[in-house]
Amino acid sequence: MTPTSKKRVMMGFASMTLLFGIVLGIILWGGFNWSLAMTNTEEFCISCHEMKDNVYQELQETVHFTNRTGVRATCPDCHVPKEWIYKVKRKIQASAELYHKMLGTIDTKEKFEDYRLTMALSEWKRMKANDSRECRNCHNYESMDLEKQQSRGADQHDPHVWDAMDGKNPTKTCIDCHKGIAHHLPKGWEEAAKKAGL
Amino acid sequence: MQRYSNNNDYSVQHGLMEAVMKKVILTTVAGAVMMIQAPLAMSGDLASLRGDNKLEVEAQMFEAKKPLQVEGGFKRSWDLQPPQIPHDISKDRVSLQENTCIRCHSKENHEKEKAPEIGKSHYMTRDGKELTKLSTRRYFCRQCHAPQADAPALVENTF
Ligand code: HEC
Ligand code: HEC
Ligand code: HEC
Ligand code: HEC
Ligand code: HEC
Repeated sequence: MTPTSKKRVMMGFASMTLLFGIVLGIILWGGFNWSLAMTNTEEFCISCHEMKDNVYQELQETVHFTNRTGVRATCPDCHVPKEWIYKVKRKIQASAELYHKMLGTIDTKEKFEDYRLTMALSEWKRMKANDSRECRNCHNYESMDLEKQQSRGADQHDPHVWDAMDGKNPTKTCIDCHKGIAHHLPKGWEEAAKKAGL
Repeated sequence: MQRYSNNNDYSVQHGLMEAVMKKVILTTVAGAVMMIQAPLAMSGDLASLRGDNKLEVEAQMFEAKKPLQVEGGFKRSWDLQPPQIPHDISKDRVSLQENTCIRCHSKENHEKEKAPEIGKSHYMTRDGKELTKLSTRRYFCRQCHAPQADAPALVENTF
């Protein structure tokens, strides 16, 4: 073989590998995002009885399930970030939840209630840290018409709405005041939240 | 039911038999009376909560009323009246685990929530002893406090 043809074979091999890599990459990437999307539906969340029998039942009583305007918030709307990088981070954490599913940590109503405070605290912590980002995907201080709210809510929102309008950071975020918005609250939640500074 | 199979006293068994027979007769008579009366009652002017609508006809619809939101609250008719609730409570839940009324009206939170504090009487036992926690007699708020709607009174009130 002449050195030039050897070079040509090498080149061909390299480009084949590159092409193969790209195709494989697309498949894996697509599959990865596909599985992200598949696991990001309400059906997936309530496919296990732990969620279906407890939190899902409670969600159905609330305004986020049925309301005047017919807009529904599903589990991932509140529990899974929309931005890709945060979403992947949350999904990795969720593998720990699968592990506990296998262990049966919350496989009865009683065990669920016992463990609920721990789970609630971790959701509150997450939401407080990200300024209730998932709530703000749908709600916003800036878009609130205080005139149209009942006075109880309007009085509480007022300073924060003005802060937001002025481009300042509001001192309080949604989850500071709206704990238990979608599910029942665990026993002793108030003391526990206070102790954790939430 | 009393078990009398291992009781050999004849008179007791006999008495029981008599009682059973009496019951059978009574039930038969009562049944007969009801059979005659039931059609009478249905055609008469006995109205249930459903009104006197026929079973196969849809019940009369009432307009759903929104709860009244009254800033400053309702005026009380007498000093120790449990004040009426001047806001929507459809989202509030009271159970063994949680009581969402307390989260706004408790001693600790009422200032922050700009809500009136739960009355002193709620922290007392029946004998007037003061408690540090809400009395269990006052846990179910809606036993005494009711939300209001702007609807005509169902029953005349001359109080
Ligand atoms: C998918 C969008 C969506 C998300 C996410 C969402 N909400 Fe909502 N929320 C709604 C809609 C829509 C309504 C109002 C429905 C109506 O009244 O017609 C609502 C209503 C509410 C209400 C009013 C309740 C009432 O009875 O009037 C509160 C309070 C609220 N949301 C808080 C939150 C908080 C806190 C979060 C985050 C944990 C959140 N929401 C996340 C869509 C959303
Ligand atoms: C300082 C406490 C506080 C904060 C912070 C707060 N809320 Fe509220 N909000 C209230 C209270 C109190 C009410 C009235 C009672 C209720 O609905 O629970 C209310 C009511 C509401 C309502 C119903 C309004 C109506 O009258 O129909 C919505 C929607 C709402 N909040 C959304 C939000 C969202 C979204 C955020 C974050 C961007 C937020 N709130 C932050 C205290 C707060
Ligand atoms: C409107 C937003 C919202 C929606 C929709 C929602 N959640 Fe939640 N969820 C929360 C918040 C906020 C918490 C933190 C605890 C609390 O405040 O009740 C929470 C807590 C939880 C917890 C921890 C246990 C607990 O009760 O605190 C689980 C599990 C959970 N959610 C599952 C679900 C599932 C499954 C769905 C769909 C059927 C769902 N959530 C829908 C807002 C939401
Ligand atoms: C989000 C906070 C909040 C929650 C939850 C709440 N309240 Fe209130 N409540 C208020 C505020 C604020 C007022 C004062 C309203 C006003 O005067 O404009 C009030 C007023 C009242 C009053 C009138 C007191 C008076 O002296 O006139 C009663 C009674 C009452 N609430 C009972 C309840 C009951 C019962 C529940 C639970 C089913 C409940 N509240 C849940 C905030 C709340
Ligand atoms: C057994 C009946 C009863 C129950 C149950 C009850 N209350 Fe009352 N409440 C009263 C009476 C009577 C008054 C007026 C006398 C007083 O202030 O103590 C009152 C007054 C109040 C006031 C106004 C206090 C003031 O000084 O203006 C509030 C707020 C209140 N109750 C909230 C609640 C809440 C929240 C609950 C549930 C945790 C509750 N109540 C349960 C009977 C009751």
